[in-house]
Amino acid sequence: MSPAPEPRPPSGPPAADEAGRRALARSPAQAFRHGIVQSLPFLVVIVPFALLFGLVATEAGLDLAQVMGFSVLVLAGASQFTAVQLLSDNAPAIIVILSGLAVNLRMAMYSASLMPWLRGASGRQKAWVAYALIDQSYALSIQHYERHPRLALSQRLAYFAGTAVVLCLPWMAATWAGATVGQAIPDGIALDFAMPITFLAMIAPMLRTAAHLAACFVAILGALLLAGLPSGLGLLIAAPVGMATGALVEAWTERRGMRDAGV
Amino acid sequence: MQASDGQIWAIILVLGVGTYLIRWSFLGVLGDRDLPGWVMRMLRYTPVAVLPALVAPLVVWPAATGGAADPPRMAAAAATVAVGVLTRNVMLAILAGGITLAGLLYLG
Repeated sequence: MSPAPEPRPPSGPPAADEAGRRALARSPAQAFRHGIVQSLPFLVVIVPFALLFGLVATEAGLDLAQVMGFSVLVLAGASQFTAVQLLSDNAPAIIVILSGLAVNLRMAMYSASLMPWLRGASGRQKAWVAYALIDQSYALSIQHYERHPRLALSQRLAYFAGTAVVLCLPWMAATWAGATVGQAIPDGIALDFAMPITFLAMIAPMLRTAAHLAACFVAILGALLLAGLPSGLGLLIAAPVGMATGALVEAWTERRGMRDAGV
Repeated sequence: MQASDGQIWAIILVLGVGTYLIRWSFLGVLGDRDLPGWVMRMLRYTPVAVLPALVAPLVVWPAATGGAADPPRMAAAAATVAVGVLTRNVMLAILAGGITLAGLLYLG
């Protein structure tokens, strides 16, 4: 197996600083509250995005129960928007489902990278973590775990639960608000483009390496070239090709780096 | 939209269960085993491949203009990406894109 950059707990040295000692000293209830506090800034992104989903889905013709069905049962913004977009385009149901799932495939990566940190959790605990595993809860938790590798399992789970409460419940509440009072948002402010802007804003900071750029570029090129295919099908081809490109460039960069280092 | 209520509920349920299984996959099934390196490699590029491929056609041929290329929307997308790459700040990137789009649409 090639060297994986993901650290394996508890490989890192204990955080010897004050923040590290505080993190280790927290009771699960305090870790839970810490997760809540650190998640609060993300509400600035979550709430408007959820309001918009409620509004867009309602305008596409979904009733309130269906809109809430999406936000409670699927609980994944990008795929919710994708599904509603494709439904408006009258795409076949199978394409709506496959595209929505394709958008959420990234969560398999989240699941995989949390796995080493949550070893020993009960089946029920893992089931709840899986339900609340969204981009932001993942990003916050993995950062916290990697910074404080000596945390106990109970502290890790409690922190995750704190992020989940702050991120998932407001997602549902704001979806409901968008679907019921969203009509008050005036027309003509180009809300159609809020979703592209939000996704681009989430992706741009992730373009850290040549491999990320290559994956992104190839995926975009593929999506544009395949735009003539039935709705959603181009994405299902373009995205894996982009992912493979990223993996190849990463492997190539690694080999070259080792050669340059004389290994 | 042509889908019936039943079809929409079916889509919601399948998408919900499928998404849950994706999230649960490694945590729940694999337990303590490690993944092959090439799988981790490809999974790392999922977000930066899927989301841009999803958005690119919407940027180049927006539905709001009936599919005609629209300079304000392209400029807004470019501003979002530029600010996002430079500042690594999601909120600033959204603001830059939103202000660019609103400004250019207002001027146009």
